[in-house]
Amino acid sequence: MAAADRPVDKPRPVYLNAFAIRQPLPAIVSILHRISGTLLFLAGIPLLLWGVQRSLRSPEDFAAVIAPLGTPLGKLVFLVLAWCYLYHLLAGLRHLALDVHVGVRLAPARASAALVLVLSILLALIVAVRLW
Amino acid sequence: MVAGADKLPVGAHYGLRDWLSQRVTAIVITLYSALVLGIVLWHGGLDYATFRTLFAGNAFRVGTFLFMASLGWHAWVGMRNILMDYAKPYGLRLMLEIVVVCLLVAYGGWTIAVLWGQS
Repeated sequence: MAAADRPVDKPRPVYLNAFAIRQPLPAIVSILHRISGTLLFLAGIPLLLWGVQRSLRSPEDFAAVIAPLGTPLGKLVFLVLAWCYLYHLLAGLRHLALDVHVGVRLAPARASAALVLVLSILLALIVAVRLW
Repeated sequence: MVAGADKLPVGAHYGLRDWLSQRVTAIVITLYSALVLGIVLWHGGLDYATFRTLFAGNAFRVGTFLFMASLGWHAWVGMRNILMDYAKPYGLRLMLEIVVVCLLVAYGGWTIAVLWGQS
């Protein structure tokens, strides 16, 4: 049966599964902005406060705060949060540029989205090299 | 003039305030980060003595407090926007918003304890 002959009154598929739609690059940058911000709020701020508080107590405590950076898990946690911070900062700067109408057309918006992703990964790589 | 054009549209009227505060706090956070990065690079790293001296200064404590206040405000606007988009049932959203507010208050108290709780 040809497509045109099929009855049209049967329920049409509503295809709004966000995981099945191929997201454009600016959409990926946007959702990562939210995920990185949430991680920074839930894990980044308490870790920062704990680290500063304890490391101010004594030279021994200062060393104890830095010590986890010598373990693979500590390095990983630090790297993920560092990437979240760097990424969130870069995506935010892109947002400020869009606010003043810099790069709002489709091609530059895609290019700046790619730039944010690539730059954040490069900066995270520098952090990783310093860590390991 | 069109009849009714002087009437306010519906809404809670916090759109522009949130938009602007999100950007102002973002700039404060960025400037403080740049300052700390500059201090660390200036000293060529950070040891205990330098760290301790840094936090002993009242100007740095007040600056850090402003940074943390900006961070909290920024986080509130961001988290609330996220919850408005994804937590649709009102009860669930309210509960999660209360969790966020409790965390913010706890972070605030903790910040004051870190900055002024030790000599």
